[in-house]
Amino acid sequence: MTINPDLQGRSYPAAEVYDVGREKIREFARAVKATHPAHFEVEAAKALGHSDLVAPPTFAIIIAQRADAQLIEDPDSGIDFSRVVHADQRFTHHRPIFAGDRLVAELHVDGVRAMGGGAMITTRSEIFALTGNDGGDRQSVATTTSSILVRGEGQ
Amino acid sequence: MSPSFDELTAGQDIGSRTIEVTRTDLVKYAGASGDFNPIHWNEAFATGVELPGVIAHGMFTMGAAVQLVTDWAGDPAAVVDFQTRFTKPILVADTTGTGQPGATIEVSGAVGKVDPDAGTARVDLTVVSAGQKVLMKAQAVVRLS
Repeated sequence: MTINPDLQGRSYPAAEVYDVGREKIREFARAVKATHPAHFEVEAAKALGHSDLVAPPTFAIIIAQRADAQLIEDPDSGIDFSRVVHADQRFTHHRPIFAGDRLVAELHVDGVRAMGGGAMITTRSEIFALTGNDGGDRQSVATTTSSILVRGEGQ
Repeated sequence: MSPSFDELTAGQDIGSRTIEVTRTDLVKYAGASGDFNPIHWNEAFATGVELPGVIAHGMFTMGAAVQLVTDWAGDPAAVVDFQTRFTKPILVADTTGTGQPGATIEVSGAVGKVDPDAGTARVDLTVVSAGQKVLMKAQAVVRLS
């Protein structure tokens, strides 16, 4: 299995909408052992000036990894998910993610580099909230970048 | 109680905490995040792809580690940037039914840099498990009012 070098520069447009629910924020917060009340109690979030529950700082990984799945599951990519190891991750928040947000992600493949028998692939998700009554406008919410190492045989 | 920006200085300690991890925690994280890669919950699968055993999601470790910063800042929304490199996998032993952790993660943090113009401070996290640094360049940028 070899990684398709032509992946670099490829983009995948925003696909399905991710609706951020309060229970999902609570579930994710518990899963990362977060205890801050702004993840759990609407009144606590409002007391800090927020419109609704605040997602934990790494919550956007859900949306980013959904976007990455488009690449990983693309038969043309040559990526074996069982040999994928996460190498680095960054979240830049242009604003926090709140319950009630409707998010979409555009995926960009920024780098593909051969490493031994495998490859290091760097992707970037631009995450937007759909705004306006018809959801026709977009507000930039977060930029996430991720590098994955697809291990070759024996790596 | 949020820290006062004016009183922040580089090198200031923000505290530490210990995170205990079980296989159940990894299953919960898989469900919450949607990352169902079996290397994080199935021993035979993990060893079959040449890993030493079931390993924690890097994103579990990253997500759990930043809570130290969130709680120190007093508002999760204060974390405007957060990055890390995953350098060592955390092996999580199967301690199901024993009440014992399968791995332990030690997180500590210190203010790395204060940027008065931006109103932000960079917090550098040290994240260690089984005597090894598992995250490198784990840096959270916090905006404090």
